[in-house]
Amino acid sequence: MAGANHLVRFENVGLRYGDEPEVLRDITFHLGPGSYHFLTGSSGAGKTSLLRLMYLAHRPSRGLVSVLDRDVAMMPRDELPGLRRRIGVIFQNFRLLDHLSAVDNVALPLRIAGGPKDVIREQAAELLTWVGLGDLLDAPPRTLSDGEKQRVAIARAVINRPSLLLADEPTGSVDHNQGSRILRLFEELNKIGTTVVLATHDRTIVERHAHPVLHLERGTLSVHRNAGAAKGGT
Amino acid sequence: MFAWRADLAPDRDGSSRFLPWIIALMVYLAGLALAATMVLEQIAGRWSASLRGSVTVVVEPSVRDGGADIDARVEAALGVIRTTPGVLSAAPLTMDDLASLVEPWLGEDLLSMGLPIPRLIDVALDGDGGLDLAGLAERLETAAPGSRIDDHKIWLRKVLRLAHAVELTAVVVVALIALAAAATVMFATRTGLAVQRDVIEVLHLIGARDSYVARQFQGKAASLALRGGLLGLTLTGVTVTALWLAARDLEGSLPPAVRLAPPFLTGLAALPLAAAAIASITARVTVMRFLARML
Ligand SMILES: Nc1ncnc2c1ncn2[C@@H]1O[C@H](COP(=O)(O)OP(=O)(O)OP(=O)(O)O)[C@@H](O)[C@H]1O
Ligand SMILES: [Mg+2]
Repeated sequence: MAGANHLVRFENVGLRYGDEPEVLRDITFHLGPGSYHFLTGSSGAGKTSLLRLMYLAHRPSRGLVSVLDRDVAMMPRDELPGLRRRIGVIFQNFRLLDHLSAVDNVALPLRIAGGPKDVIREQAAELLTWVGLGDLLDAPPRTLSDGEKQRVAIARAVINRPSLLLADEPTGSVDHNQGSRILRLFEELNKIGTTVVLATHDRTIVERHAHPVLHLERGTLSVHRNAGAAKGGT
Repeated sequence: MFAWRADLAPDRDGSSRFLPWIIALMVYLAGLALAATMVLEQIAGRWSASLRGSVTVVVEPSVRDGGADIDARVEAALGVIRTTPGVLSAAPLTMDDLASLVEPWLGEDLLSMGLPIPRLIDVALDGDGGLDLAGLAERLETAAPGSRIDDHKIWLRKVLRLAHAVELTAVVVVALIALAAAATVMFATRTGLAVQRDVIEVLHLIGARDSYVARQFQGKAASLALRGGLLGLTLTGVTVTALWLAARDLEGSLPPAVRLAPPFLTGLAALPLAAAAIASITARVTVMRFLARML
């Protein structure tokens, strides 16, 4: 990543929905390539909103948002898809497509990027098997438990080997064992260079891992070094 | 059959239920308009073939400035006509021919009563454009006062003009139907876009281009339109066959003249494909314009 000092860069960012007061105010932070950050804050603090800015679902109301070295506000629409394909997102409410099977949901990013069909399905099936859903490849999402949906969502987010992985409460619906497994997957992806931001309510996760914390409180951000944290960020 | 497997939720917006029926109706109407055009064209063509290549010369019974006796004037007219270049042959209708022509209107005894009636000369022309009708008329007037040319072409031209006007109307009707079909698809697509906004956002966030999303809508619209189109085509086939059988039962002269012409059949077969193409293009334009407003 020569020349790219910051994979994600926010300078004095504000975000408001419609005419409401800003839900994010004066947000400034940088994420280095290969870094791993937790994003914490009470419910309604703005975690999802901040992630939405990072995965280009919104343009900031003010300030500078730069993702993968591109200024989001200045970007022409037709260049967004290319950038988005390098970002993997695990949505808070999964956002699986109801009428597609589990394996087709996972395969979606590959299908959108284009590629041979059989290879795509094979890869998706392999990844689903890895997250323990090998028996549910053709199940429609509505028949899955929340924990199973979450794992499908995770598989969909990582199948394209994104440079930036944004996870919004990825362990909220799974048991402790599954949670640990998912966190290990993120650690592995981080080791091979994926930049990770993981939003969570769960204090124990934050305490067990030595990653810096982005903490939101009523729309403003503070950055904390976590016990012994050494990696990435400012 | 013709089902489109898409990333979009099927049937959530109901358009997949009503769209094929509306398209079926439209294709049916367009098919009937085409069929009417075909029948009209063939009848007009037949008339035009039978009337082309002949004119009738009329010799009036009495002339104010006291022309010669009518038989002499018919002879004089024949002399002029037969020496005119472009004329194949000319023959006066006999008194019997004339009698049978006027009998239905004026009764049997007309000729025996000695009433003056005009004489007709049937003139067969060599080809269509060769004869100088104005020149002939002039020479006839000199040689046989009280004679004039009754040109079928004048009448024929009027009939053909009417036939073409009707054909043009049919074309306009088909064009309007195509417009209405496009509008229907546009509204159905807009409904679909609103209903599926969430799915579209997910597709975008995963990196889908507008054209990818548009293809989903295009495929769906085209497949629905094709299904409706085939239904409409079937209805057209049934109706045309029924009308044709009914016309044949009349023992009129119409059915032998009306054949299922290959260009007509091709046009008819193309209707469902045209409907699918219109649906696809309309869906694409609608979706692309809608998505341009999203991030
Ligand atoms: N689409 C929206 N339109 C208007 N207001 C919104 C919208 N999305 C979020 N908000 C508001 O923005 C604020 C931050 O919401 P956000 O979802 O970012 O919080 P969060 O930290 O993710 O909460 P949680 O932990 O419950 O997921 C809230 O007050 C919320 O009501
Ligand atoms: Mg949230």
